[in-house]
Amino acid sequence: MRDAMIKGLENAEERRETGENRQPQPAAAVIRLEDVAVRYRVAHEQIRTLKEYAIRALKRRVTYNEFYALDGVSLEVYAGEVFGVVGRNGAGKSTLLRLIAQVMRPTRGRVWRKGRVAPLLELGAGFHDELTGRENIFLNGALIGYTRAEILRLFDEIVEFAELGNFIDTPLRNLSSGMTARLGFAVATAAHPDILIVDEVLSVGDERFKQKCTSRIESFRRNGATILLVSHSADLVKSICNRAVWLERGKVRAIDRAAEVVQMYEQQG
Amino acid sequence: MPFYMQSSPEIYDSSDRKLILLDEVRELVRYRDLLFQLISRNLKTRYKRSVLGIVWTMVHPLMMMIVLTLAFSHVWRIELPNFSVYVLSGLLLWNFFSQTTNSAMSELLWGGRLLHRIYIPKGVFAVTALGTGLVNLCLSLPALFIIMLANGLTPRAPIIFVPVAILLVSMFTLGCGLLLSTLVVFFADTYEMFQIVLLSWFYLQPIMYPIWIIPESYRWLFAFNPMSYFLTIFRTPIYDGLWPPAQDVAIAAALAVSVLTLGWWVFTRKADQFAYYV
Repeated sequence: MRDAMIKGLENAEERRETGENRQPQPAAAVIRLEDVAVRYRVAHEQIRTLKEYAIRALKRRVTYNEFYALDGVSLEVYAGEVFGVVGRNGAGKSTLLRLIAQVMRPTRGRVWRKGRVAPLLELGAGFHDELTGRENIFLNGALIGYTRAEILRLFDEIVEFAELGNFIDTPLRNLSSGMTARLGFAVATAAHPDILIVDEVLSVGDERFKQKCTSRIESFRRNGATILLVSHSADLVKSICNRAVWLERGKVRAIDRAAEVVQMYEQQG
Repeated sequence: MPFYMQSSPEIYDSSDRKLILLDEVRELVRYRDLLFQLISRNLKTRYKRSVLGIVWTMVHPLMMMIVLTLAFSHVWRIELPNFSVYVLSGLLLWNFFSQTTNSAMSELLWGGRLLHRIYIPKGVFAVTALGTGLVNLCLSLPALFIIMLANGLTPRAPIIFVPVAILLVSMFTLGCGLLLSTLVVFFADTYEMFQIVLLSWFYLQPIMYPIWIIPESYRWLFAFNPMSYFLTIFRTPIYDGLWPPAQDVAIAAALAVSVLTLGWWVFTRKADQFAYYV
């Protein structure tokens, strides 16, 4: 799906360059990080049982290894841009996304965000096999944070997009994995999010469905949604992002226009 | 055709935290549709493939009663009038407590893989467990009522105290569920250990036997069991048809409020770290 999405975004890029569908200049910040730090405390030996913890605590042998996944990170992302995050494994990319998605809180500093975030979650996480497609739409929608009224309003659109048709009242265990994945994508993106987070390769169904996903993501962008893209691939970021940040060991090495950041990353990273 | 969400753009500011305790309550109210969805999922999936469906919630205690009455009143020879009403009322309350606390833990662990990816107020899971437990308890009350009538016990005025007893035991149970689910995030063996605690706890209180079979010199020990107060205030209006002793009501209320406050405080203080561990 990522490939499909890239293509979609590239198309959008071309169109913008040719003057068609001109975007308003990004102005207002929708994400702002001020001197953010995230500290992980990891026990030296992985203690997973209460008994072990009690014994060690008595012997005063619970020691921690502290390290900063992010340290002193400040950045802004503006409305409507495609913002890339590059860096090696363990540079803090995922932690950055989790902060923005409000999944984690910073140990220090401030994270500010305006608008609703749609994470492309592992499609189908939160589904229940015994429930029907219909019931799962309501359950999964509520998990993502839609109200019942919103789901009702979007229901037909979700069913149509997922192409469930007559299978809408069949328990999920009897549906193909492709159908489940389509349903997941359809629910996650039913209401256009203000900020879309894409951080891993997703494969949704067949080629034709990938095309549908692509055009949906493209339409988010046309409608002014902000897209955050995390990638190992420098080429990808260079080709579709407006701006990018390069993270190294939890610190910002560079933040600038995507092409320049990627160039630095490739030369020095 | 764009179809934007109609709700106003949400602002999230990590530095804007006044009182975590109350923030979480506000978030739960905002996510009430999710609570409703999760509770109805639990009720639907429990009996999804069975013919009788939710009727099982009522049939099960009835069947259990027949077995227990036969086993205990004839084998154990406990001389207690209307023994089945006595046992069933205690058992329903105990099952509510043990099932709710257990599912508070398993709900949170189930939600763990979601907590890495999306924001969900974490209290949702314990409150879902409570809601499911309450619905099951209320559905089995008709069975209790039938057993009462079958034993020739007609409900008297004090029966109207039962909802108050349920409210108090719910607060206590939610508090315990929050404490346990906080623990289980950090220490996976909490779940197994709690099963052992539950098993011994069950026999350490007068559910299957009347308190007077315990020698007088040991009876004071039961005062240290918080569950015994909830048992008393729930069972007295049903079994004896009397108002529960004021002293027991007061202690039960104090326990309910303090355990819930403690559980909520510990849980909300630790909830931010869950995503690191689950």
